Amino acid sequence: MDNKKKEAKARVVARVESQDCLADGIYSMWIQAGEIAAGAKPGQFLSLFTRDASRLLPRPISICEIEKGAGRLRVVYRVAGAGTEEFSRYQAGDPVTVMGPLGNGFPLEGDPGRKAFLIGGGIGIPPMLQLAKELNCHKQMVLGYRDKLFLKEEFEAYGKVAVATEDGSAGTRGNVIDAIRENGLTADVVYACGPVPMLRAVKAYALKQGMECWLSLEERMACGVGACLACVCQSKEVDGHSRVHNKRICKDGPVFAAQEVEL
Amino acid sequence: MINTKVTLAGVELKNPVMTASGTFGSGAEYGEFVDLNRLGAVVTKGVANVPWPGNPTPRVAEVYGGMLNAIGLQNPGIDVFAGRDIPFLKQYDTRIIVNVCGRTTEDYLEVVERLGEEPVDFLEINISCPNVKEGGIAFGQDPRAVEAITRAVKARAKQPVIMKLSPNVTDISEMARAAESGGADVVSLINTLTGMKIDINKRSFALANKTGGMSGPAVKPVALRMVYQAACAVKIPVIGMGGIATAEDALEFIMAGATAVSVGTANFYNPHATVEIVDGIMAYMQQHQVADITELIGCVR
Repeated sequence: MDNKKKEAKARVVARVESQDCLADGIYSMWIQAGEIAAGAKPGQFLSLFTRDASRLLPRPISICEIEKGAGRLRVVYRVAGAGTEEFSRYQAGDPVTVMGPLGNGFPLEGDPGRKAFLIGGGIGIPPMLQLAKELNCHKQMVLGYRDKLFLKEEFEAYGKVAVATEDGSAGTRGNVIDAIRENGLTADVVYACGPVPMLRAVKAYALKQGMECWLSLEERMACGVGACLACVCQSKEVDGHSRVHNKRICKDGPVFAAQEVEL
Repeated sequence: MINTKVTLAGVELKNPVMTASGTFGSGAEYGEFVDLNRLGAVVTKGVANVPWPGNPTPRVAEVYGGMLNAIGLQNPGIDVFAGRDIPFLKQYDTRIIVNVCGRTTEDYLEVVERLGEEPVDFLEINISCPNVKEGGIAFGQDPRAVEAITRAVKARAKQPVIMKLSPNVTDISEMARAAESGGADVVSLINTLTGMKIDINKRSFALANKTGGMSGPAVKPVALRMVYQAACAVKIPVIGMGGIATAEDALEFIMAGATAVSVGTANFYNPHATVEIVDGIMAYMQQHQVADITELIGCVR
């Protein structure tokens, strides 16, 4: 087969190394996928396929951690339906079909002296962990949860962590912007992933403060590689593919400069 | 020596396996997974006279054994397409089939005329998209409209014309005959079946467009039946599609009367599906000592 190209993207049957429940409905799975791990960057995602032929489409899941040397990848995901419920039952040694790495990832270059906010909301928190590992500057994490915390201790290895919860059970009661204000935090650049209302608030906050701001978006996807045009977002500039104002989240994103996208 | 070549309107394809419009872009994305030289043809995403932004999101939803889509024919328009996508595909040894969409007859004709100057092998006229308000399916559900648009396109087209038919009709044979009467060189079917999904937690439609076109393995028996009926109804060749994911599926359509087959939704979950089907058809022919694939076309009647 001459399917092998220099292209780093691959669809492989990987092995599950471990599966842990981090909080109610939140799971952490390490998978052995050397070919994919080798080319992966923070902010990229994987397409995970279920084994049930009635559920055709891959589930796009962000990469939480990358260990290139060991050829391992970690995904931390929420059980949102039957597909992710199936993943949560996988045990060490089980096969899992994975395609990736997909999407562009966060930009890592920049002045090491600058201060950054790494903002994650809900299941948008996991991709910020690999970013925290690779970003070379002063990092402050701002994590927004509904109630139960997960991954918080792991972020503490990379800087100060401020927490917001909707019910006030931990940290600031409210959202991530409330947590930034309550803790009197400032930064020069923002990286964020989370639900659209949070991203909208982060964008407004960052633009008002004149900060550089990068947002990671999500949308219902089919192909994950830019062909089907399902997962578009409204872009300020005319997009390169269709010359309208629809950037493809899977291919042109999922990470966009905040001013580039209309939320 | 096994012969997998098939001929459509006098144009030879190295094998009967092509992509289904809208599931393969113009080949660039999946060219990272499969060797496009191995395909009988690449059928492009629909292209209009001007860029179309398509529908709001969500545009897709998974359903049992299939999916719904309501992309709404987002496309860059013929100028960008001709300057970028056609030259890309010309690098490969495969046939190029350009899917043409429009809101009005004039829209279709503008694209058809523009493509007359381009090195493409066939035009596939999309009169069956269920997800746009104007054009698309409006031309595809009335036999007189099918015949009229076919005739209008044929009068201007430089390349052979494939009319892509909708399954959302009472009698597919009638539509196939209408296309044939209008002068179509080939018919292709099925486009997607109009469907719906409701998100019970949000108490809303799963798609922003409310309805969408259903595709995937779940539609295959319906598609196969319609391809069989169309193949029985007309003398022109038929391109069969609808839920094809394996070589076995493709062979069913060929035996039902399809001269060529298109692989659509399967690309989304198996980017290697097209070449696997090419290989699988050859393996079947070897195993069953079929020297020429044309022996299989319509062999089940």
